[in-house]
Amino acid sequence: MASLVGSRVERKEDKKLLTGRGKYTADVNFVNQTFAYFVRSPHARAQIKKVDTSKALKASGVVAVLTGADIANDKIGGLIAGWRIKSEDGSDMKVPAHPPLANDTVNYVGDHVAVVIAESLDEARNAAELVKVDYKIMKAVVSTKDAMNSDQIYKEIPKNLCFDWLLGDRAKVKEAFDKADKIIKIDLINNRLVPNAMEPRAANADYNPSTEEITLYTTSQNPHLARIIISAFNGVAPENKLRVIAPDVGGGFGSKIYPYAEEVVCSWAAKKIERPIKWVADRTESFLSDCHGRDHVTHAELAVKNDGTFLGFKNETIANIGAYASVFATVTPTYLFGPCATGVYKMPAAYTNVKAVFTNTAPVDAYRGAGRPEATYTIETIVEKAARELGMDPAEIRMKNFPTQFPFQQTLVHSVDSGDYVAGLNKSMEVADYKGFEKRKRESESKGKLRGIGLCSYFEACGIAPSPVVMMLGCGIGLWESAEVRFNPTGNVTVFTGSHSHGQGHDTTFAQIAADQLGVPIENIEISHGDTDKGPFGYGTYGSRSLTVGGTAIVKACEKIIAKGKRVAAKMLEASEDDVEFSNGEFVVAKSNKKKTIGEIAFACYLPGTYGEVKSPLPEGEEPGLKETSFFDPVNFSFPAGSHICEVEVDPETGETKVVKYTAVDDFGTIINPLVVEGQVHGGVVQGIGQALYEECRYDNSGQLITASYMDYTMPRADNLPEFKLDWTCTPSTTNPLGTKGCGEAGAIAAPAAVMNAVMNAIGAEISMPATAEKVWKVCNQNKKRNSEAA
Amino acid sequence: MKTFNYHSAKNVKEASKLASSNSVFLAGGMSTIPSMKLGFANYRDIIDIKGIKSLSGIKVSGKTVKIGATTKHVEVANSKDVKKAIPSLAALAEGIGDPQVRNRGTIGGSIANNDPSADYPSACIALNAVIHTNNRKIDADKFFKSMFETPLKSGEIIEVIEFAIPEKSNYQKYPNPASRYAIVGVYVAKHKSSVNVAVTGAKSCVYNDKDLAKALTSKFSSSSIDNFSISSSGMNSDIHASAEYRANMIKVFAKKAVDAC
Repeated sequence: MASLVGSRVERKEDKKLLTGRGKYTADVNFVNQTFAYFVRSPHARAQIKKVDTSKALKASGVVAVLTGADIANDKIGGLIAGWRIKSEDGSDMKVPAHPPLANDTVNYVGDHVAVVIAESLDEARNAAELVKVDYKIMKAVVSTKDAMNSDQIYKEIPKNLCFDWLLGDRAKVKEAFDKADKIIKIDLINNRLVPNAMEPRAANADYNPSTEEITLYTTSQNPHLARIIISAFNGVAPENKLRVIAPDVGGGFGSKIYPYAEEVVCSWAAKKIERPIKWVADRTESFLSDCHGRDHVTHAELAVKNDGTFLGFKNETIANIGAYASVFATVTPTYLFGPCATGVYKMPAAYTNVKAVFTNTAPVDAYRGAGRPEATYTIETIVEKAARELGMDPAEIRMKNFPTQFPFQQTLVHSVDSGDYVAGLNKSMEVADYKGFEKRKRESESKGKLRGIGLCSYFEACGIAPSPVVMMLGCGIGLWESAEVRFNPTGNVTVFTGSHSHGQGHDTTFAQIAADQLGVPIENIEISHGDTDKGPFGYGTYGSRSLTVGGTAIVKACEKIIAKGKRVAAKMLEASEDDVEFSNGEFVVAKSNKKKTIGEIAFACYLPGTYGEVKSPLPEGEEPGLKETSFFDPVNFSFPAGSHICEVEVDPETGETKVVKYTAVDDFGTIINPLVVEGQVHGGVVQGIGQALYEECRYDNSGQLITASYMDYTMPRADNLPEFKLDWTCTPSTTNPLGTKGCGEAGAIAAPAAVMNAVMNAIGAEISMPATAEKVWKVCNQNKKRNSEAA
Repeated sequence: MKTFNYHSAKNVKEASKLASSNSVFLAGGMSTIPSMKLGFANYRDIIDIKGIKSLSGIKVSGKTVKIGATTKHVEVANSKDVKKAIPSLAALAEGIGDPQVRNRGTIGGSIANNDPSADYPSACIALNAVIHTNNRKIDADKFFKSMFETPLKSGEIIEVIEFAIPEKSNYQKYPNPASRYAIVGVYVAKHKSSVNVAVTGAKSCVYNDKDLAKALTSKFSSSSIDNFSISSSGMNSDIHASAEYRANMIKVFAKKAVDAC
């Protein structure tokens, strides 16, 4: 049987997803279903003086109206920050209480105040208008940059400062800077983004009073995490009485890793009213209440020698984490950001200092790339600026500072096991026809257009590990992954994974892996995930972890299956276990024609007997059945890397920027399915182009979200994009048996810097993201005025 | 959405009779339905006029193109007659919204709504349109009064929009990157004795830029407006485009439109 790993197997899940046969949370309906609508704060910051639900309770179809007082009376716990960060001075981070329904204060527009539960959604929504909330409006803190000097939002948190974190060595950096020929400085903003999963968040909770069990359907990337948080922290039900199912989920990009207030409230309230409660966000609610992404204000400095050698780097960032500390809000701008600050370069000294601030805006948490796009954008734009100021080619300055020996111990944390950054950039320049740029630039100029080219060489750290280390650093959970490989008696296979697929294509790629390992046709393998009652505990899908961690767990479980299969085959074939070899789905006795297929072995394991005589195919002491579980905890992260090259054309009359050429050469180690990986890169790059040119989540000074719909929030669209050129290099990861590295976030990590470097190259000036047409036009207009004055 | 009474009118007379201060006519519903769903608008009576056959269809005579009020954008975009008589009008229709909007939205609905960023009002101004209602004819330059406001009275229904066929014309728009409504749309039409330069998206209501029109009337070439400086006073300013940027875009897009004529 030919190996399936590496082949372009079409996605098994697409038939159902593309023909409307998927089953999403909103598709689930229970008998006696009710519908929830949340009363949300219209103010960014206010005290709640009184909530009057009396009129709403009398409205048509209303079953219940519940408030913060009710949830407090029932002693339901608040939402949690999942990673404890210590400040540079050794003190613990400061976080405010985050009740699922607000009690005394509301702290962002969209904050949850009350829930109306009714027989229909229309009745719930209409009654919600009758809930009268008496607010005392307070001055909102909105600006990331000014948050520390603004009014104090929480009395226990001075300067609105969650933590002031340092990674690196300030003294060493000072020494390096003292020796520098030149210091390159930049100030930048990493724009705030709305995740915009295609499927809005939803929850449907059902309580069975006889068994006291809650079943919660939810749009989660991580149903096991939802279950443990809702049980252990919110205290809604013990873990054994809470089943969480994340069925088909239409994208998450990080925003669905953890449970939100709505899941907690629906589960708690379903138990209270003994009826199932369904909530589905409308698009405006998604804009207001999904955790947002990024939102950094950064000052960075790079110390260089005149020949382009890097000596030291410092990154000083203020990270806005919104009104409350969401589950991964504190790790995203620290351990996911700081260690990657120095990029793909040898950097003798460096530090990252992050001040995380609270503001009266929606919570900010992980969004595709989480910390690594912010780190990459900073280092890759400052490196490009260094090249400009030193009169070097941007490729040359990068090549000069790449490590050439692996493993490569980075300045700040990571020991990068494998990579070849020189080969990656060389290949990318070849595929992009880097040398031909000047000719293309002249062609564009002849049409009155400005053309620019931009590079981004990135690496990223994904598949966070190992668990004891991350837990030592403050993580509240482990980060291993589980798999259970279960042969059915008739020889086909169900693989349970603790990860979760919401667009990644696990049904296909994981089946490819299991098919290769077990020698079973891919059609005979089902991948099961997303239900805490099926398969072992797991940690879900985010941070490009599923293949390297979860895929490896599948391999390990398959190895256990084969080991048992060998023992059984040896007994059945009357051979020594050492003489039995397994390949292509068959156990073969060496130097003989005696063999058993793995299907025959599975059948024998489940039906261990013979008609007419007492005879077991199982060796003495061997248990019946054929099912194995593995929990895999990697020894290190995996470190994908690559070089992306973008070319843009700018119309100086209108400022419109068009991405005309985009090349991505990535090193993802072993590729299981190029078709799926190409899709991941396309999606990531598009989100990166979106951040660079179009997307910007904006609040006004009073904390009102002014980009709360697609009328005002610009998503990248097909007609904004060129045809992408993708290629690969391959240095297999040494920390997992498949040699794989994560690929899900790479595009979103690399693209912003590549695009912005191209824009800045075209217009010859620094500009902030998103490089909207008007911003670019203003620069072009100033250049024109300056040129005409000079003439 | 709040509850309402739904009426499907068989003819214009019936529709008109059902109208009140608390009703709305429904054609494509591309603005009405979203605003009801979002709770911005509530009506007691929805009077559906889609079924009234006499309100739909396209007729081209020697000098004019007449388009029935409930004719969908896709029908205008695909009409061979419109493409031949006023190609820029078919092209404008093809650029409205997205396929879903073009398959439901109607010309009458667009004009009656008078959204300051809608495309069709600029065509009406540029092409000296006459709006025929069930009781009068209104010239386009009197019809688009101010933002979302027209002279239509309660019970008055647009039946036909009659466009003058110009010698040359072209419509160019710079769409809002998010909503794809016009941030600036410029419709240039050269008639026998005059030129119109209708601008949408830039101010609170569509208007004919008299200065640009005058310059192009004396010489129909983009070079005639090369040195024009358009004042940003009175222009819209929002997160997508400042008044100054809109003023620049009017000139750039007027030139593009003239060059494309």
